[in-house]
Amino acid sequence: MHYFIGNLGHLFVIGSFVTALLAAFSYWKADQAGSLAHDWRWNARVSFMAHLLSVIGVVITLYTIISNHYFEYHYAYAHSSLRLPSQYMISCFWEGQEGSFLLWMFWQALIGVVLIRTQQKWEAPVMVVFALVQAFLASMILGVVIPGIDLKLGSSPFILLRDALDDPIFKVQPDFIPKDGNGLNPLLQNYWMVIHPPTLFLGFALTLVPFAFCIAGLWKKQYSEWVKPALPWSILGGAVLGLGILMGGYWAYETLNFGGYWNWDPVENAVYVPWLIMIASMHTMITYKNSKTALKASIILVIAVFILILYSTFLTRSGILGDASVHSFTDLGLSGQLLVYFFFFTVAAIVLAAVRWKNIPSTEQEVTTYSREFWIFAGATTLCLMGFQVLVPTSIPVFNKVVEFFGGTSNVAPPANQVEFYSKFQLWFAVAVAIISGTGQFFWWRKMDRTQVKKEILPIAILSLLIFALFIAFANVTNPTYMLLTLAGIYIVISNAKVISLVWKKNPGLSGGALAHIGMGLMLIGVMFSAGYSKVVSLNNNGLLISKELGTEFNRDNLLLFVNEPRQMADYEISYLGERLELRNKSGYARKYDVAPTNDPFKVVAKKDIVFQGKTLYQARDTFEIYPENTYYEIELSKDNRVAATLFPRVQINPGMGGFIASPDIKKDLTRDLYTHVSLPMNPEAEAEWSETEEVKVKVGQQFFVNDYVAVLEEVKRIDHIPGLRLEAEDAAVQARIRVTGERDSYYAEPIFVIKGRAQVGRLPEEIQDLGIKITLLNIHPDTQEFTFGLNGRQKDWVVIKAMEKPMINVLWLGTGLLMLGFMVAMVRRFREYQKLA
Amino acid sequence: MKKSHIFVVIIIAVAIGIILSTAGDASTYVSFDEAYQLASNGSSKDIHVVGSLKKNEAGEVVGLTPGADKVSFEFLLLDEKGREQNVFYNEPMPPDFLRSEKVVVIGKYKGDRFIASKILLKCPSKYQDETIKTDA
Repeated sequence: MHYFIGNLGHLFVIGSFVTALLAAFSYWKADQAGSLAHDWRWNARVSFMAHLLSVIGVVITLYTIISNHYFEYHYAYAHSSLRLPSQYMISCFWEGQEGSFLLWMFWQALIGVVLIRTQQKWEAPVMVVFALVQAFLASMILGVVIPGIDLKLGSSPFILLRDALDDPIFKVQPDFIPKDGNGLNPLLQNYWMVIHPPTLFLGFALTLVPFAFCIAGLWKKQYSEWVKPALPWSILGGAVLGLGILMGGYWAYETLNFGGYWNWDPVENAVYVPWLIMIASMHTMITYKNSKTALKASIILVIAVFILILYSTFLTRSGILGDASVHSFTDLGLSGQLLVYFFFFTVAAIVLAAVRWKNIPSTEQEVTTYSREFWIFAGATTLCLMGFQVLVPTSIPVFNKVVEFFGGTSNVAPPANQVEFYSKFQLWFAVAVAIISGTGQFFWWRKMDRTQVKKEILPIAILSLLIFALFIAFANVTNPTYMLLTLAGIYIVISNAKVISLVWKKNPGLSGGALAHIGMGLMLIGVMFSAGYSKVVSLNNNGLLISKELGTEFNRDNLLLFVNEPRQMADYEISYLGERLELRNKSGYARKYDVAPTNDPFKVVAKKDIVFQGKTLYQARDTFEIYPENTYYEIELSKDNRVAATLFPRVQINPGMGGFIASPDIKKDLTRDLYTHVSLPMNPEAEAEWSETEEVKVKVGQQFFVNDYVAVLEEVKRIDHIPGLRLEAEDAAVQARIRVTGERDSYYAEPIFVIKGRAQVGRLPEEIQDLGIKITLLNIHPDTQEFTFGLNGRQKDWVVIKAMEKPMINVLWLGTGLLMLGFMVAMVRRFREYQKLA
Repeated sequence: MKKSHIFVVIIIAVAIGIILSTAGDASTYVSFDEAYQLASNGSSKDIHVVGSLKKNEAGEVVGLTPGADKVSFEFLLLDEKGREQNVFYNEPMPPDFLRSEKVVVIGKYKGDRFIASKILLKCPSKYQDETIKTDA
């Protein structure tokens, strides 16, 4: 038992909580106390540095526990195992709720230190907010029971297994330590899951910066001065949070069988909404900086972003979503504490804003339609409504709980088809945003009047329509809504391309906004095609009706494939070649039937040489390691008798995520992705049903048929030993060698016939799994030199797959890249502007 | 009336529209009887029914009919009020289907048959097990 490390970690947790409170208090005093301000400030800085060190201490101790496999600790037992590849060890951190709070705290502590070093003027008030948020987060992992009222604060990651689980073994043997852990959910053993959570939580942490500046501004009555230092952080936050969301989407596309990158799952929505509002707030802040309008809107939006982050934290971590989401955290009983966290900052921010509201300067002059302020404001409003539309249905489980709380009953469920429901609305908002931001570009540089605008817009509009016409002609888009979305996307790309062409000569550093907008336009086009024109290509065309009653109204989207029996699918001939296992130490796959299991599920023995793509990876009788939870299904696509692609969609037996997870394999072309996943695998535990035995009597060299396959008896020889069976001197054994010609390969079956002790007869049949046949040497006739074989057949191995085509998905990824690039350029520009001023 | 006022009125109108449309598109948790009532009254909306699979005394699932080519199947579901209903699903049977403790079907009646467009399963989970593998 390693008690010390856990106690040390727990001490660091308590330390981080206390130092955060101390820092908040000292910064508050530093702001208030006139003559002692300097001392308090030093006090506060020391406290915050101590806080950062405590957080780092927690991270290091927890990592030590995980990487040294101290399974006496619940966190290590629940989230890692001895077998876990070291590159995924770090993912154990954020599989659990406590670790993800820790990650969030860690980023915020780092950002806090950056702010202390760079923001002399704002340090004290901003850091009061920062330290308070840190104290709340630290309380979530405190794991302390307050004596007297028996209130448990937080859930500590350093809890011992015997305190976490009520298992009888601990009564018998209190020092029991399991030999291995439960392991990391295999779905998370993916490189995207190593970088997606840290990126997302950095995004969460960055939303605190503008919020802290805004609160500090309201508090210190510096109603407008907070915008300038906060703006670059808002842009950075928008970029990082957006990137985090997109990484999650890409992981889902590659790993889950949703059939897409976005599923409008409540957990996804919970971060999408704050991101939209953050983008809106960023735009109103820019407007304020340039023309002193929209200050009040900026304050409302910046506060709203942080409140929404807290709300989404509550949604995903309190267990309230229950069955509504596939990937919310398990409930740790923190809902009360999360609610306090949410309400504390929500009420404090709203009350402060309300008290100061009258004093916030605002312009009385009317905004004209011919100003950029008008267009930016209209765009920001549309983004907010877009977020609102997602927020309302996502909150349905909360609505039910509130009704129940007041004694009522509510049976409202989220919309039945989430994807269709949200897309239907979001699509129109996206069109509106695109038209508004595309048009807004014409007002970017100067105030214009009606005639000038016409002169500017007309060529862009005509060019957009021309490109649109070409697009429609070649891409065959006929749905009117999709046509409009495409046109809006093209319009925003063209109008912003014009802006770039103008500013590029002057200063490329100013092109960030236009680049980001072009990225957004491309994303719209990419989403429209890849989602709107995603089509199922595995249509079942065997002409059988599912049921006479239901008729043909159902599309049969799934295809049953038998091993080595090709079918036509879309432009390809598709063949299923059998089940494969993934090698752990070499890249490649082994045929499942070429290996035999051992007592260790992670190790198998090769029955013959393991050859993958022409290379011999292991020799026969080698023992090697595999990933036992994954099975791959080799699918070959060929066109004009040439192999176009070999796909390996995966099925994972994963009790943590509902037992069975199918992951697609994607054939990526420039213009489209072909996305294939297994929708029903063969049950490995089901016993095969063999046909009745058919007998044939043949001589060596003679041909015969087994289940329609041509077979030849090549030889029969006497053997001296049989693996797993002891042969005495008087025993005799013979082995036949039969070659069977399959569709793609020849196979050998080598059944054995044994006579033990001159009286007992034993027969060891041999199965050729790929062909679904079994051959037994039944009898030997020395007089006629003939042999009798028993032949059995069974249904061949099969798999049911679904395949979809996603056209132009690369346009989406290209747009994503440009969006991120644009964010970066804009951020660099704003940081420089701020530095010049400071 | 100032322009900004018109703007505010438009925003409020859209927000109300969003709430109403959500209320209109939201589904409900109902029993099979209520779902049947809804369908006979001409509603074509998908609803949620929570239930469990029908089992015999030995605990085996009964009433399962596989479809042709394994790409669809039918099963018997008992809703929370104990009513038994034949449910059709036009997708292969989820491999964990038979192990599930609770099944939520989303869909609607068509005649006497319930057509599920989506099935959610609640299965016993390894990662939340309260016992330890002591032999590992």
